[in-house]
Amino acid sequence: MTLVLTLILLPLAAGLGLLCLRSSLPRRILVTGVTLAVCCGSVALALLPTPVDLSGLSLNYHWINLGMLLVEIAMGLYIIYVGVRARHPLIVGLALAQAGLMVWFELTAGLHLEVAQNLFVDKLSVIMALINGVVGGGICLYSLGYMREYHETAHRDVADRRPLFFSLLFIFMGAMFGLIFANNLVWLFLFWEITTLCSFLLIGYTQTDEARRNALLALVMNLAGGLAFAVAIVWLYRQTGSIELQTLIKSNKVLMLMPAALLCFAGITKSAQLPFSSWLLGAMVAPTPVSALLHSSTMVKAGVYLVLRMAPVVAHTNVGMMVAMVGGVTFVIGSLAAITTSEAKRVLAWSTIANLGLIVLCGGIGTYEAVWAGILLIIFHAVAKCLLFLCVGVVEHKLHSRNIEDMSGLVLRMPRVAMMMEIGMAGMFLAPFGMLISKWAVLKAVVDASPLLSVFVVFGSAATLFFWVKWMGKLVQVVGPSERIKKELVLGEAIALYGLSAATFLTCLLFPLISSIFIKPYILDVYGNFADLGQGNVIIMMIMMAMVLLFPLSLIGQGKGPKVVDAYLGGANVKGGERFRTIAGTVQDVSIGNYYLQNFFNEAQLSRWGVIGCTMLLAAMFFLTAFV
Amino acid sequence: MNPWIRILIYLIAAPVVGCLLAGWDRRISARMQSRRGPPILQPLYDVQKLWQKQNIAVQRSQNLYIVFFLLLVIFTGALFFGGSDLLLVIFALTLAAIFFVLGAYKASSPYSFIGAERELIQMMAYEPMVLLAAIGMYMVTKSFAVDDIAVHPKLLVLVLPGIFLGFLYTLEIKFRKSPFDLSSSHHVHQELVRGITTEFSGRTLAMIEIAHWYETVFLLGWVYLFFASMPVLGVAASLLVFVFIILVDNVFARLKWQTAIKSAWVVAAVLGFGNILVLSMLH
Repeated sequence: MTLVLTLILLPLAAGLGLLCLRSSLPRRILVTGVTLAVCCGSVALALLPTPVDLSGLSLNYHWINLGMLLVEIAMGLYIIYVGVRARHPLIVGLALAQAGLMVWFELTAGLHLEVAQNLFVDKLSVIMALINGVVGGGICLYSLGYMREYHETAHRDVADRRPLFFSLLFIFMGAMFGLIFANNLVWLFLFWEITTLCSFLLIGYTQTDEARRNALLALVMNLAGGLAFAVAIVWLYRQTGSIELQTLIKSNKVLMLMPAALLCFAGITKSAQLPFSSWLLGAMVAPTPVSALLHSSTMVKAGVYLVLRMAPVVAHTNVGMMVAMVGGVTFVIGSLAAITTSEAKRVLAWSTIANLGLIVLCGGIGTYEAVWAGILLIIFHAVAKCLLFLCVGVVEHKLHSRNIEDMSGLVLRMPRVAMMMEIGMAGMFLAPFGMLISKWAVLKAVVDASPLLSVFVVFGSAATLFFWVKWMGKLVQVVGPSERIKKELVLGEAIALYGLSAATFLTCLLFPLISSIFIKPYILDVYGNFADLGQGNVIIMMIMMAMVLLFPLSLIGQGKGPKVVDAYLGGANVKGGERFRTIAGTVQDVSIGNYYLQNFFNEAQLSRWGVIGCTMLLAAMFFLTAFV
Repeated sequence: MNPWIRILIYLIAAPVVGCLLAGWDRRISARMQSRRGPPILQPLYDVQKLWQKQNIAVQRSQNLYIVFFLLLVIFTGALFFGGSDLLLVIFALTLAAIFFVLGAYKASSPYSFIGAERELIQMMAYEPMVLLAAIGMYMVTKSFAVDDIAVHPKLLVLVLPGIFLGFLYTLEIKFRKSPFDLSSSHHVHQELVRGITTEFSGRTLAMIEIAHWYETVFLLGWVYLFFASMPVLGVAASLLVFVFIILVDNVFARLKWQTAIKSAWVVAAVLGFGNILVLSMLH
């Protein structure tokens, strides 16, 4: 009970404390300490029986609500200030509308508002808390080493604002805990807005023109979602006189459709689904830990969390169908777009958008199978994607490039990081790793619920295969001699990367356990029904896993290897395998570059069609809910 | 029959059958080109000879990828003939193919690299249709398990005509036969430089050949599933499909990769998805 409060308040307090801490050593101590505490706290929470008994904790004090209102107003004013300074009328308008609505609501309804339970912790919250605490904690540790290198060697031109950076990191984390545990929608909304503001500040961290522009883009899109959220609260209150999440989920479905549609819309903006995915692509300008945080443990996961919470309400309705289709279209377009770019972070960003699309698809379908698959996706995606981002961050510092083409031969240059990157990528799409297990579950769920939606999954996953394998291949490919880079990782980075690599394996190996301990009770609680992949299939997956694990082992014990010769180059090789003499007698260098099929799939065109299509779907969703 | 016995039979019989099919392939192709062609057992002689050759490579570890490719292809077939989940079979097949591609990447030669890249494009081209085929079978039989699909009383091809035709189309790609022999230029079209297999030689090349035998049997096994309620017809249809693929191989010239992926996706969307659309409207 106090644990839940501590998890929310400790990172928030630490965040405020870090803001005042100028020197490096105490900051390191504080960050490490709080991270460990939060990690342990979330694991301890997982061990408690759920729903966690919060009855002794009514929290119905007037001053709490008043305090929250003040924080909300302060944030609103700040956002308006930002909007005015940037001459961005849309931001000002959205912020004014939102703040006006909430203040009016608090003043008229807030006084006689009875909330039975402000906080609520079930198994889904516990899963999210574990991801937030453990993966998010890993990112914080990683940042310690990363940010020092960032400012001292890699990016000297960027003003060193590390106190602010770490402060925001922890406030973000605390707000995410609040968001997961909140049952009172007004509270949830406050934490929702805090994450929006934190992401705005973090994306703009470097204060370059591009960073500022992209930060504003993120702000405006998330404010639109926030406005939908605020309207949902008011609507729900008008309908039921309650502002509790549990009431929304458990009361009459038909009445709840509009608030649910609005909340799904908010979730879609936050999880960067298609009309809104540009903000997540723009967020790459921030330092890598920020990207990792936004993509794996917080922010976008808050969006899909909300969509999955709405799943039982929207299942088998037009709203659900439209949400599912937005997810499906995003999955296909995101996967195709990821083929066309060679910039590592952009590939990762598109892949995040695509995979979140799959989760949104699950949420929209909303059957027990689909939600089970969606939760699995959240878990596996958080771990593997975080690992990949952190690896790319390290590589970027060492090679001064995040272009995949420059990562050729990384297995020799940075063997450890390359290995972990391969693990991360395998985790993203390959049997028998996590994401594939969940994709399989998604496919089954989709076929059972509405087979026509499976068309999105099959085409999307074919594209996924292409862009991951060519990246994997680039890492193992070796042309010419290469020098091993000294000191690949500093301590904090090493802890985070090794931990996450281990977690990628462990989540797959232990997935039946995770499923039965955490996900099954939640699904049974909400739907009273449950299905999984079947024990025989899981055993086969484990056999495959053993085979895949044998591969790196076989690389070590090779014994008498083959005789090494030069590659065939279509001419006489000139000393070593990198040059050859052509028919004309000239000496030609060999260079090998991946296919990006840019004339075949055009990124800009794809996203344009995606934006148009998904906007129409969302419009149809609101139209159908309001008038049909 | 006990699944383990079936798997055992597969493990022993598949390379024999696959080898004979490969021999027939070369003989029939030769006859189509007005040649005599080699003896039926020529593929076996080839493999025997390759097996005795010196072990050379560009990168030390490249051959290991192929060992795992072979293992996983055999594993995939074992899953299929053991009656396992069809989706799982597809995923295992994909994993196997990825080892093949990564091996070619590892070889780090421009030719094997282009082969690998094209093989990936081919995988991207056939994957949707293969998955749709599994989904179509599930919609009719209510199960993904090969065991259940095989004992379904109805003749699946009658309700899944679009999916069957689409599946045939992807078989052309999967067998790496002309017009889709983009990634490797295969037997009957003798060319100087191979694609994906350029840098593999000796024992490793023999393994690729053996993997191909296993794969052929497994894919024809899938064709059989469409006719499983009438076993004799099923075997006949599988063999007919095999001959048909050889015919197409000899009739068509190679297409560009753009055409390959576009046409395969259109086929999957029209024939495959169309079939599923009709099925779900009937329900």
